[in-house]
Amino acid sequence: MTADNFGDLVQPDRVHISLYRDPAIFEQEIDRIFNRTWVWVAHRSDIPNPGDFVTTHVGRQPVIVSRTRAGDVHVMVNRCRHRGATVCEVRKGNAPGFVCPYHAWTYGQDGRLRGVPLPKGYKNFDKADYGLIQLRVEEYNGLIFATFNHDIEPLDNYLGRAKPWIDLFMKQGSGFPVKTLGEHRFTFPGNWKIQLENTTDAYHFPIVHKSFLTSLDGATEDLFSFMDAGGYVEDLGNGHSVMVMIPELVDLEENLEADIPDRFAAIAEELRKDYSEQEVRRIVRAVGGSGFNLNLFPNIACSMAFFRVLRPLAVDETEIRHIAIGMDGGPDIANRARMRLHEHFQGPMGFGTPDDAEAWERVQRGSAGTADPSWIMVNRGEDKTTTNAGDVTAETGMRAAYQMWKRMMSA
Amino acid sequence: MTMTTEAITLGDAVNFISLEADYLDHRDYAAWLALWADGGTYVIPIDPAAEDFADRLNYAYDDAAMRRMRVARLTNGESISARDAAHTLRSLSRFRMLDAATRDGTTRIRCAQHLVEYRRDRFRTYAANVTYTLRREGGEIRLVEKVVRLLNSTDALAGMSFLL
Repeated sequence: MTADNFGDLVQPDRVHISLYRDPAIFEQEIDRIFNRTWVWVAHRSDIPNPGDFVTTHVGRQPVIVSRTRAGDVHVMVNRCRHRGATVCEVRKGNAPGFVCPYHAWTYGQDGRLRGVPLPKGYKNFDKADYGLIQLRVEEYNGLIFATFNHDIEPLDNYLGRAKPWIDLFMKQGSGFPVKTLGEHRFTFPGNWKIQLENTTDAYHFPIVHKSFLTSLDGATEDLFSFMDAGGYVEDLGNGHSVMVMIPELVDLEENLEADIPDRFAAIAEELRKDYSEQEVRRIVRAVGGSGFNLNLFPNIACSMAFFRVLRPLAVDETEIRHIAIGMDGGPDIANRARMRLHEHFQGPMGFGTPDDAEAWERVQRGSAGTADPSWIMVNRGEDKTTTNAGDVTAETGMRAAYQMWKRMMSA
Repeated sequence: MTMTTEAITLGDAVNFISLEADYLDHRDYAAWLALWADGGTYVIPIDPAAEDFADRLNYAYDDAAMRRMRVARLTNGESISARDAAHTLRSLSRFRMLDAATRDGTTRIRCAQHLVEYRRDRFRTYAANVTYTLRREGGEIRLVEKVVRLLNSTDALAGMSFLL
């Protein structure tokens, strides 16, 4: 497969079905996208204190995200420089450093090699040459990204026009810092881009999530019936896009004088014991999350009230994490409400996720029908490509992601 | 006639738990709902060590209303995953009485559950420790709490179109 071929597989309004099924394309995606661009690895609140770390992946490579005693964040490959064992198998913790279990090579929180047993067995050995392999790390508003590409543009530039949307999303802390509250992790037998597309797919919502809508009270069901509520999709550049489903919930600090919805009345009453009316309104308005999904190419979305993180496992296998977020130091009752809302829709037993996963699996299974014309259509709302186009079901976000895919795969 | 509530023996509990398992495997969800005490809680935690569930994220943390909605979702034909629901077969064993009779009249039993899911050419297994809290109400045993602690609860799971 040459770089030219990749270009042919992505047209302005359609992509070729081989993007879901060809293992050779998948290998190239790992090399050209996941090993080369900014990939989200953690939220600031996952590692708040010196010595805190989490283990995760960038593409297929295991990495450690570590906060040093000095407060810097290091992201490094979780592989001992001696014989290659992982130096950490814990998902989350706090440690003075990392010791390889095989021969006890010992690394600091920053990945520098501190010591090896019986050093006299080595000739001309400089520990400085054998630290854990470092990725470049940058952070924007609590989102920590890393990349193997040390020459890449700064994260600030890469996020570009997505940044104001990240800022809006973080307003759901309602004055408190945003904090991760746990996660639902699941896999589905399908290509990662099927999930990537779905984050800006409003078209499926009333179909796939009918059982979720039925389970809501009337007012909430109205809120989630956003097919004709003035929403829109915008291409934000570099493959990023935003889908606004509920325009009145774009800025959670606006419209605080509006009536508190019935479903939050009990929470508001409880909050009034400890908070001013203004604070109560701000917290209550933030409890349900933002009215938009922000897709950041290639692996994270700020999706209404949670982070959605994808990890490609194989051409036809993808891991998804739905990370719940809440208010760090905020009222328990509000964070509890957010977790119950998360459980209601997300995860392997949620009222939404299993149906999404079913639809995505069906896409993967259907892609075995390779007879011509074998295109995946992303042409909805093709005539409406400018800002605020007024059609929430436009597939503008998918087109944005695939144009970025094409750019990176052809580079 | 005495007002003393008859104690729940281990044998009573095993019979009750076996009946519940049979209802779930045969998707008799209406009968399953009727096994519950009104204030009962159905919990599938993520953290296997958790004892207090309200302030943490779970897979399911259901009161009676959520249980009814969950059953409606599995049965009303609106959910595309539930329309082609998995078949399950669960075996329960290693029953142990944790609290024979507490002050509030409940009895706690822990057992092992080995569940096999079959869906679309694929078997999956779910091993779990399950804790049942039971109480007699008007002579009938009712479920006050059921906590299913999956051995792999912190790993990536797959969509479930059945109840654990």
